[in-house]
Amino acid sequence: MTDEGIETRRVEKLLLPILDGHRRDAGRLVQILRQAQEALGYLPAAALTVIARAVDLPRARVEGVAGFYSFFHQNPVGHYRVLFSDNITDRMLGSAELIDRLCNKLWIERGKVSEDGLVSVDTTSCTGMCDQGPALLVNGRALTRLSAERVDRISELIRGQVPLADWPPDYFVVADNIRRRDALLNTQWPAGEALQAAIARGAEAMLSEMKLSNLRGRGGAGFTTHIKWESARRATCRHEPAARYVVCNADEGEPGTFKDRVLLSNYADLLFDGMSVAGITIGAQQGLVYLRGEYAYLLPALRANLERRRQSGLLGPALCGHPDLAFDIDIHLGAGAYVCGEETALLESLEGKRGVPRVRPPFPVSEGYLGQPTVVNNVETLCKAALIAVHGGAWFAGLGTKQSTGSKLLSISGDVESPGIYEYPFGVSVAQVLNDCGAGNAQAVQVSGPSGNCLAMHEFSRHIAFEDVPTAGAFMVFGAHRDMFEVARNFAHFFAHESCGFCTPCRVGTSLVANCMDKIANGLGSQYDIGEIFKIHRLLHAASHCGLGQAACNPLFDTLNKFRPAYERRLRSLDFEPAFDLDQALASARQMTGRDDPAAHFGLAARVTGVEP
Amino acid sequence: MDTAVPSRKLRLATTSLAGCFGCHMSFLDIDERLLELVERVDFDRSPLTDIKTCGPCDIGLIEGGVCNAENIHVLRDFRRHCKVLIAIGACAVNGGLPAQRNHLDLGLCLQEVYLTAPGNVGRQIPNDPELPLPLDKVHPIHEVVRIDYFIPGCPPAGDAIWKFLTDLLEGRTPRLGHPLLHFD
Repeated sequence: MTDEGIETRRVEKLLLPILDGHRRDAGRLVQILRQAQEALGYLPAAALTVIARAVDLPRARVEGVAGFYSFFHQNPVGHYRVLFSDNITDRMLGSAELIDRLCNKLWIERGKVSEDGLVSVDTTSCTGMCDQGPALLVNGRALTRLSAERVDRISELIRGQVPLADWPPDYFVVADNIRRRDALLNTQWPAGEALQAAIARGAEAMLSEMKLSNLRGRGGAGFTTHIKWESARRATCRHEPAARYVVCNADEGEPGTFKDRVLLSNYADLLFDGMSVAGITIGAQQGLVYLRGEYAYLLPALRANLERRRQSGLLGPALCGHPDLAFDIDIHLGAGAYVCGEETALLESLEGKRGVPRVRPPFPVSEGYLGQPTVVNNVETLCKAALIAVHGGAWFAGLGTKQSTGSKLLSISGDVESPGIYEYPFGVSVAQVLNDCGAGNAQAVQVSGPSGNCLAMHEFSRHIAFEDVPTAGAFMVFGAHRDMFEVARNFAHFFAHESCGFCTPCRVGTSLVANCMDKIANGLGSQYDIGEIFKIHRLLHAASHCGLGQAACNPLFDTLNKFRPAYERRLRSLDFEPAFDLDQALASARQMTGRDDPAAHFGLAARVTGVEP
Repeated sequence: MDTAVPSRKLRLATTSLAGCFGCHMSFLDIDERLLELVERVDFDRSPLTDIKTCGPCDIGLIEGGVCNAENIHVLRDFRRHCKVLIAIGACAVNGGLPAQRNHLDLGLCLQEVYLTAPGNVGRQIPNDPELPLPLDKVHPIHEVVRIDYFIPGCPPAGDAIWKFLTDLLEGRTPRLGHPLLHFD
């Protein structure tokens, strides 16, 4: 037998239980790859071959999926894989110095695996710990509140090859930091309270209450929830056997957002109640939570909760003792792809595919998960639905503003005294929020993350509501001493990294913008480059396939309009400068030819001799 | 107020940098329309006139990317003298075929070609000051100077070039729709 054959046999033996655990279902490919990677440390070629054969997919499809998600690796990444969260808030707390410090201590280069295969250190997009950063993930586990001392200790633990289970437990503590409670966070009900209230109301009455509440989605888009529910309930199932689904979008990837993290750790029963309420209202028997990979540490508690609910009859057949009702919930883990927060990309990922957004219509309410009618709601939206089941729609509509009823959780981070979760009724002013969180000297607030709005001081009297400043929850505060150009540059690189690559405007455009920002940062920019950014902004807005590309230039557009001097002071000229050093570009040829005459130079030396004006 | 388009003859310069002159050949494919064109423009520096230096112009057409020091001098000269500078063809727009060398190290290339390849051992890398030094990488021209318009294609069809130039001459923002601009 060939070496390759022996390797395949070995991998096969390790993977068989995982494959069987997922019924060799191609629809569970992302979950299979996650577990395979856990078992093998990475995804070697032999593993992809074995998996492809088992789930009966072309191998290229499996490799395509493995290549899509940033937490899947087809090459060894070290026994310890350290990923620093690279959100601007982490950087503001000194993450860059800590990365260098750890790399120095470990004698490794960032992004490369140590020669002994022990460790690699790199960065990843925001891990949702902005209120307690700088943060990192080590083998998928979240560590918070990093300091020089902690980083030194971590380097010792790694060099001593101490298993993660034996690391100091306080490194892994994730604080909730709930600072202001309102309608939602004040709720402390036993599991099933909202579900039983909804069962008592009946599906049609529950829908009327949802309509009365005028609840709008809390994930960013603000679509009216009852319209989704009603459409999914009335939609015809296109495939046999008929089925409808409730999907909870817990892929909280927008940099600066961490409210769902707190809801999932403290209000899971309210969420599962909300999902069950949605289930019995639209006639679904299966719910799915799509949990972002960064929050994998929440999985054991969430699974235990689901099991508890099953045992007490709050999940499964004969829901709450009603033989005609049934609903169960499964949890899928993401694998590091911001774009999967977009609902159709999320559905693709749930089906085990690359997270590429679908063409809409058809919308998920008519053809969603597995082509069946599906409601996709944000974690916070579903929790709100649970409140409505108990208190009724009129109560909910009495909170907030006319078009933005109820309350909103804000994830506040950056230059504030008390970062954390703040719940306000919609309509609160930005100034009020800044005052409450202790933002003494703010010059800007990035509301709703990089794809949202950057507000400058003169806009702090505006209000958080769909009528004025809509938000998915992120609220990053920048003090007067911060460089807003660097903030925008961080966001530009975020989008370039997270573009799914499917459509050309976004794939190429986000990289062009990031390069443009680097050029300006290197002191080689000109007004021309600023013009280019505006041009690409218009193009991305008009031509991108999904919201990621459409929003990718928003932070640049906003900061260019409101903080233009932060860009202009970096410009070299008002005309145009190349991004590379012309004279340096001749250095190699000069060396090989031994020439040093004026024609072998650009710049100062040549200028003196009059060759180059 | 006179609302007619000014009838002054415009000056047009063209050149090829790291290109194959294919775009210029395609330019000649406008055939008899070339006569119509010379009614409306005077040619400055161009392979068609054999004028070697560029004077003040309205329009500059650049074929080819930037691969050596001379390319940069010529390109900068065009930028200084032309009100509107246009990148024509895949090499000017993206670096094109010559940019295929960008993944190779220039020093190793020169060494291989002039020093170590069979038959070359003991010779030297040409170092005459009259020869322009190659850059370490080939760049599209918009990475070296500001460019106003781009005509993609390898080469762009004569009809596309004609449409582009007539748009420009008549004061319309040049626009190549399908089928003049297509990707298959």
